[in-house]
Amino acid sequence: MTSRYFSWSRWWGIVVKEFIQLRRDRLTFGMIVMIPIIQLVLFGYAINSDPKYLPTAVLSADNSPFARSFLRSMENTNYFRLVKNIRNEAEAERLLAIGEVQFVLTIPENFSRKLLRGENPVILLEADATDPVATGNALSAINSLVQTALNRDLLAGLHFLQGKSPPFEVRIHRRYNPEGITQYNIVPGLMGVILTMTMIMMTALAVTRERERGTMENLLATPARPAEVITGKIVPYIMIGLIQVTLILLLAHFLFSVPILGNVALLYAAVLLFIAANLSLGITFSTFARNQLQAMQLTFFFFLPSLLLSGFMFPFRGMPNWAQNIGEVLPLTHFLRLVRGILLKGNTAVDMLPSVWPIALFMLAGMALALKLYRKTLD
Amino acid sequence: MSTGQLVIDVQNLNKRFGAKHVVRDLSLQVKQGEIFGFLGPNGSGKTTSIRMLCGLLTPDSGSGTCLGFDIIKQSDQIKLHVGYMTQRFSLYEDLSIRENLDFIARMYGMHKRKQAVQQSLSKLGLLERQDQLAGTLSGGWKQRLALAACMLHDPQLLLLDEPTAGVDPKARREFWDEIHGLAARGIAVLVSTHYMDEAERCHRLAYIANGKLLAQGTAQEVIATQRLTTWSVSGANIIQLAEQLRGLPGVAQVSAFGNTLHVTGTDAEQLLHSTASLRRQSDYHWELTEPSLEDVFINLMDAVGSSP
Repeated sequence: MTSRYFSWSRWWGIVVKEFIQLRRDRLTFGMIVMIPIIQLVLFGYAINSDPKYLPTAVLSADNSPFARSFLRSMENTNYFRLVKNIRNEAEAERLLAIGEVQFVLTIPENFSRKLLRGENPVILLEADATDPVATGNALSAINSLVQTALNRDLLAGLHFLQGKSPPFEVRIHRRYNPEGITQYNIVPGLMGVILTMTMIMMTALAVTRERERGTMENLLATPARPAEVITGKIVPYIMIGLIQVTLILLLAHFLFSVPILGNVALLYAAVLLFIAANLSLGITFSTFARNQLQAMQLTFFFFLPSLLLSGFMFPFRGMPNWAQNIGEVLPLTHFLRLVRGILLKGNTAVDMLPSVWPIALFMLAGMALALKLYRKTLD
Repeated sequence: MSTGQLVIDVQNLNKRFGAKHVVRDLSLQVKQGEIFGFLGPNGSGKTTSIRMLCGLLTPDSGSGTCLGFDIIKQSDQIKLHVGYMTQRFSLYEDLSIRENLDFIARMYGMHKRKQAVQQSLSKLGLLERQDQLAGTLSGGWKQRLALAACMLHDPQLLLLDEPTAGVDPKARREFWDEIHGLAARGIAVLVSTHYMDEAERCHRLAYIANGKLLAQGTAQEVIATQRLTTWSVSGANIIQLAEQLRGLPGVAQVSAFGNTLHVTGTDAEQLLHSTASLRRQSDYHWELTEPSLEDVFINLMDAVGSSP
C-alpha cells in the first residue's frame, strides 16, 4: 500500500500516534469534551438579554388601594420584584449605589387624593442604568402599565378618570448613565475582562514554561522556596496589570468620555486586589498544567464563564439563580460592580465592601491552593 | 571535613514510578575529594539516583546522608552545598550568560554576588560574550556554563548527570582536567557517563543496570571481580571468525576493535575448550589479554538483559 507520493500506512501510523498521545493527555482530552458540553449547557440557559424579576425597592408615602394595585400590576409584568419597603431617600440612594436593587419606586404622599382629583400625580422610578440593557425592557413595560394598571379600580363612577390622557404619570430617572450609553457600561467592564485574561494566562504559563523547558529541574535544585518562586513570579505581572489599567482608564476617559466620579486611588486599590486574585488562580493552574497548552486551555476554561456569567456581556440579573450563584464566585463579577460603582456611581470605600470580601476570599483560596499544589520535587 | 570522610552515604534507596521499579536497594558511599563514576545503560536509574541524592526526588524507602544531612528530611540544607548539573541544559536559554549566573548566585543568596559572577565569567573566558543569550551557545559552551553555574556557590559535592554527552573530545578532556582540579581541592564529584575513557578517569566506579548496583570499586577492582577471560585475536578475516565464534559455549562476547577481535567469556576453561579447534588455524594470532572495562560492562549488561 505504499505509493511514491503519499503513503497511507505512514499516514495511518501518524493518525494512530496522535490518538494515543491525545488519549494519554487526559487534561486536553477532558477539555475537548468538557468545554463544549459545559459551556453550551451553562451559557445556553444563562444568557438572557431580557432580564426579569429585577429587584425593586419601594418608598411609598401613600398606602391607598390605588398605590397597592399599581405595585401589584408592576409585579404582574414580571419585570419587577418588590424586595424591600424602605423609609427614606438615603436608603434608596445606598441600595442603588451598592447595586442591591435595580429600581427604587417612590410613590408620593397624597397620590390617591391627587389621582381622584384628576391632578395627574407623578410616581418616580429610579433605575440603576449603568447597564442599559438590564433595565431597558422593564422601563418600557412600566410605561404601558400607566394606561392600564388602574382600569379596574377606576370603574364605578370613577371611569371619568379613565380616558385619553393617563390618570397619573411615572417619571423615570435613569441614574448613573442617563443617556443609556452602552460604552459607559462596557468600557469599565472591559478593564476587568482584559485583566482576567492576561493575568491568568501569563502566570499560568510562567511555571509551566519552566517545566516544559526543563529549567524547573535547575530551579528546584537551588534552595529557592515555593513561596519565593510563586510570589516572585507574580510581581512582574502585577506591574503589567497596573499598566494595563492605566491605559484603559486613559482611553475610557479621553476616547469614550466615560465619567470618573469616584476616587481613582480607590479604584487602583480595587484593581490591585483583583489582579492578585487572578494571579493566584493563574499560579494554581500552572502548578498542575503539565505544559503550556494545558495552561492555555485551563485559562480559557475559566475565562469564558468569567466573560459571560459576570454581567459583562449580558445583564447579571437576566440569568437564572443558579447561573448567578456561579457568577457570584467569579472575581470578575465583583470587580465589575466595583469599577462601575466607582466610575459611574462615585461609590466610596464603604459602598465597596460587599464586593471586596468575595474577591479577597477568592485570592486567599487560590494562594493556599497554589502553595499546596506547588511541587518542591520532581516526584 | 577531614580527608576520606564520607560525603555521600546512603543505604537501600528505592524508587518506583508507578509499576516501574527504577532504583532498587541502592547503597553508595562517596568520599571527600573522590571522583566517583556512575555507569550504566540508558534508563538504568542513574538520573533518578542522582535526583534522590540532591532532594529532587523523595525515595520510597531507604535512608542516608549527603554532606552529613539527612537526604529525606534536610534536602533544603543539602541543596545549599551541592552543585547539580542536569543532563539536559537547564539554564534559561532566553537569559544571557551573565544573567544566568547572576540568577543562580541570587538563588543561593551569595553575599559577594557580583564579584563571584565576574570571577566565574573570567575563569570561563566568557567575559567578552557575557551578554550573549545562553541559548545561542554551542553544546560545549553550554556544558561549561552549566558547570560554572553549579560551581558558583562553592559546593562541597558536585552531582554531574552525563555532563559530557554530545561534547567534542577536546572539550571533554578540558572538562575532566577541571574535574580533577576540583577533586584535588577536596570536592567530591559524582559523575554519570556512558564513556569508557571517562570511567577510567574516575577514582572509583559503580555500575548500575535496571536500577540495581551490579559492581562497585576502582576500575581494577571492578575488572578483577568479574573474573573474565579475554582473548585478543588478530588476523586477516576476523569478521568471518567472529561469525564462527558467536554462540559457541563459553563465548560471552565477540567484538571487533579495529583489526583485533576481543573474545570474552566468564568460564576460562570452557572458553579454552570450545575455541580449541579455531585456535589451531594458522590465519589468526591468539593472545590472552586483560579484559577492558568495556568488556566488563557489556558483560554485565548482557547478564542483566538475559535474566528477567
